[in-house]
Amino acid sequence: MSTRSIVPFGPQHPVLPEPIHLDLVLEDEKVVEAVPSIGFVHRGLEKLVEKKDFQEYVYVAERICGICSFMHGMGYCEAVEHIMGIEIPPRAKYLRTIWCEMSRIHSHMLWLGLLADAFGFESLFMQSWRIREKILDMFEYSTGGRVIFSVNKIGGQRKDMDGDMLKQFMEVLSGIEAETKVIAKTFLGDKAVNSRLRGVGFLTKQQAHDLGAVGPFMRASGIALDNRKLGYAAYPDIDFEPVTSEIGDCYARCDVRIREIFQSIDIIRQAAAKIPEGEVAVPVKGLPDGEYMMRVEQPRGEAIYYVKANGTKFLDRVRVRTPTFANLPGMLETLKGCDFADVPILILTIDPCISCTER
Amino acid sequence: MRDGIIMEVGAGSLVPEVLMLKHEGYRLVQICATKTEKGYELTYSFGQAYKLVNLRLKLAPGAEVVSISDIYEPAFLYENEIHDLFGIKVRMMALDYEGNLYRIDQKNPFQ
Repeated sequence: MSTRSIVPFGPQHPVLPEPIHLDLVLEDEKVVEAVPSIGFVHRGLEKLVEKKDFQEYVYVAERICGICSFMHGMGYCEAVEHIMGIEIPPRAKYLRTIWCEMSRIHSHMLWLGLLADAFGFESLFMQSWRIREKILDMFEYSTGGRVIFSVNKIGGQRKDMDGDMLKQFMEVLSGIEAETKVIAKTFLGDKAVNSRLRGVGFLTKQQAHDLGAVGPFMRASGIALDNRKLGYAAYPDIDFEPVTSEIGDCYARCDVRIREIFQSIDIIRQAAAKIPEGEVAVPVKGLPDGEYMMRVEQPRGEAIYYVKANGTKFLDRVRVRTPTFANLPGMLETLKGCDFADVPILILTIDPCISCTER
Repeated sequence: MRDGIIMEVGAGSLVPEVLMLKHEGYRLVQICATKTEKGYELTYSFGQAYKLVNLRLKLAPGAEVVSISDIYEPAFLYENEIHDLFGIKVRMMALDYEGNLYRIDQKNPFQ
């Protein structure tokens, strides 16, 4: 007869840069149930909307997360712009697209490094983060920041990229592409890495749908859904299709994210080739009145920015549904039946961002 | 229902409407609470491919709402969040954290 025990996992754990706690119910070495516990560092950023006016709140939105900071700022701005009927200049849309895809490469590279670290492949971790550093340099060069960029504003962008900068970025991206191909061979082909990722943590297409999974976690289970197809920023002018896999295990999630890195490089190239000349912002007149639910495809998946305005400079409500929050039920499902030793890898493959979840 | 619609529902018709959406293959996208002058409004969002539809339930202060977590399993997280931040009582949640989803000093800060 198997022995049933409860093992606390987190909130402090080597594989978790941020705090989340799970009560793992084990039968011998198999997980039969996991009960999550979050809220260790809840910051109440949504509450701050009562004290910051709708223009100032862009800076708060950016600070929801240090990895997706650009996209949080942009998602909030797009929601307010929809309410106010503001059409931002075409060049601003392309700039948003380029910075969004740089954020995606940065986030996926960070995740690859963390994954390599979790299965003990330290040199692979180092190589992933070395490549990521080049994206951060591009951010610093184009925005002045490496974590918080402050280039979004309601009505457009605060900064522009000139032709020389874009040309330089294309050269850097070619280098990143070549180097990523090298590490991708190890992530997807190395026998030791495969033994940790293949056949672990299955999530079927039906489960992904029923449990409300989003992003690469969902697409790795065969659902071709990517909110960039909704047509915000300059994505309607870009040729791309959602990256999917039919397998649904940890390997598939790694595969999807690696292919999304190459896709992001391609999107940036397309955007740089098509970016029109012109202004990067329009003046904002009046005050927002109404509500809108903006959906953005962040690196970790669908983020939703619900904004409700009342015709004054202070908003009634800002609510951000982050991708990690949506992926928690799916993660719990994948944990059922897994080996205790696979729990850290499994948690990592949803690419959890507790900072976003604890907004 | 057309994309982006916000359809108002009463407390009695919430569950039937949610069941209908489940039957039509929609996934739960999110549940959001907002404080209003007359109490609260809950917005339940459901997605099918890229289409998003919303059900809106208006609640008087102190009113309770029934959980939809037996229809949509992920709802328990949203419902616990609504309870912790707004103080709205949600009955029959699949997993009830009893006010401990978020470890925050101020109880029900949005109430």
